[in-house]
Amino acid sequence: METYIEASVILLLLTDIALFGTSRLYTCITIAAVQGVLLGLIALFANAETFIPRIIVIASIGIVIKAFVFPYLLKRTIRQAGVQREIQPFIGYLSSLVVSLVLFGVSIWFSAKLPLALGAGRSMIIPAAIMTMFTGLFLIVARRKALTQCIGYIVCENGMYLFGMVAVGEIPALVELGILLDAVAAVTVMGVAMYHINREFDHIDTDRLSSLKG
Amino acid sequence: METEIIAMYAFSIIHMFVGFALAPLMIGIVNRTKAVFAGRTGQPFLQPYYDMVKLLRKGAVYSRTTSWIFRAAPVVGLACAVAALAIVPFGNAPGLLSFEGDLVFFAYVLGLWRFFLVIAALDTGSAFEGMGASREVQFSAMAEPVLFVGLATVATLTGSLSLSDMIAGLSLPLAEIVLVAAALFVVFLCENARIPFDDPNTHLELTMIHEVMVLDYSGPDLGFVLYSAALKFWVLGALIIGITVPLDEGLPVWASCGYAFLGMVMLALLTGIVESVMARVRLLRVPQLLAAAGALAICALIFSMR
Repeated sequence: METYIEASVILLLLTDIALFGTSRLYTCITIAAVQGVLLGLIALFANAETFIPRIIVIASIGIVIKAFVFPYLLKRTIRQAGVQREIQPFIGYLSSLVVSLVLFGVSIWFSAKLPLALGAGRSMIIPAAIMTMFTGLFLIVARRKALTQCIGYIVCENGMYLFGMVAVGEIPALVELGILLDAVAAVTVMGVAMYHINREFDHIDTDRLSSLKG
Repeated sequence: METEIIAMYAFSIIHMFVGFALAPLMIGIVNRTKAVFAGRTGQPFLQPYYDMVKLLRKGAVYSRTTSWIFRAAPVVGLACAVAALAIVPFGNAPGLLSFEGDLVFFAYVLGLWRFFLVIAALDTGSAFEGMGASREVQFSAMAEPVLFVGLATVATLTGSLSLSDMIAGLSLPLAEIVLVAAALFVVFLCENARIPFDDPNTHLELTMIHEVMVLDYSGPDLGFVLYSAALKFWVLGALIIGITVPLDEGLPVWASCGYAFLGMVMLALLTGIVESVMARVRLLRVPQLLAAAGALAICALIFSMR
């Protein structure tokens, strides 16, 4: 099981780095969906010995929502808005890749400072979780399109989910389901908001929203 | 024990000859794979050999603007390729010339070869070849750090600086190895002028990198250039296979060489598949692709140091 966990964590890190360097929105959505599946798999692998139905159910619900519902909602938004790619991000893609490596180093350094007791084969989970959160925050800060920022939000949530899974362990099912519900609601609301931004301005660049302030 | 070591070095020598003999076959396999993907029958596997033999029998034409550099470059290139082949281990057989720090020698033997190709291209005085030379240098300047970071990762994992010891000391499966292999595969495609970077089939001027530099060569010189390119494919391929294919220490040397050869064939197939399903990326995007490979390699390095 440790091998599988490790492999999933590495793949998760790779999806993070891929998000830093992708400009196509469809690809970004797909990567975020893959990330959701990987998270579910990590949760399942981590609890494979102790067969707890609650965890399996929550992991499965998470996979369904993150791998099918979110991509569906976001792709529908893309179709409505008619955008294909993030054209001029605030930080270019080459620089983003460099930033990703720096952030990766920072998350490894940071996780080494955290006093957490972890099982064998899980030493990479905390850095991966922190890195995923960083990725989400970076997407929110450095990208111009509302949709990429929404993906950033989802990715950030993924990171927190992973962190909670390892660091806290026993999260009540109600809380986890509540978080998932919140995420779904947020993505739906953001989709609607993007639709309106698009109708009002003919684009979904959020930086121009600041001109609305009187 | 003595006889075993002798057997190993015998295999190192045999590997040299196997490399000489089979390197063009790999190019043939790549071409055949692409043909199958495109629904064609394709050229025979041995076509690269026929081409080279044909070229060796012809006479060469030299432009009057060229100097001795232009004539020396194919020979230097072939010598560099042979030197690189002597360093790379194959299967359990160590490289013929393995010494501490030979990975730097390996990288710069390839660098010397590139240098000569580039100055020979400039020597022709053709603006067109100069453009190709400029691109080649630009991309290899980015591919080389990736190669070094990848090799540094393996060196950190095994605590050794000689390619043969590094590859013998690896134990699979490790996450770092997967990352390094992916990064090195990108370098492999770039250095061999394969599709995401350069289209070996194209003769459309604006897109060419490697092909354009050797446009002025003819006859035996072109044969040398093609043969060294095949050897380069083999050498870099052997490096990737050495890192990725797990081999038991106790395996007989001939069997491990057999596995490594199978690995080479798979790598050639993979290259053909990549060429068939991908388009060449825009020149402006090439640095980004190499940076992504570099990101993988640096990730692997960070992992290996934790």
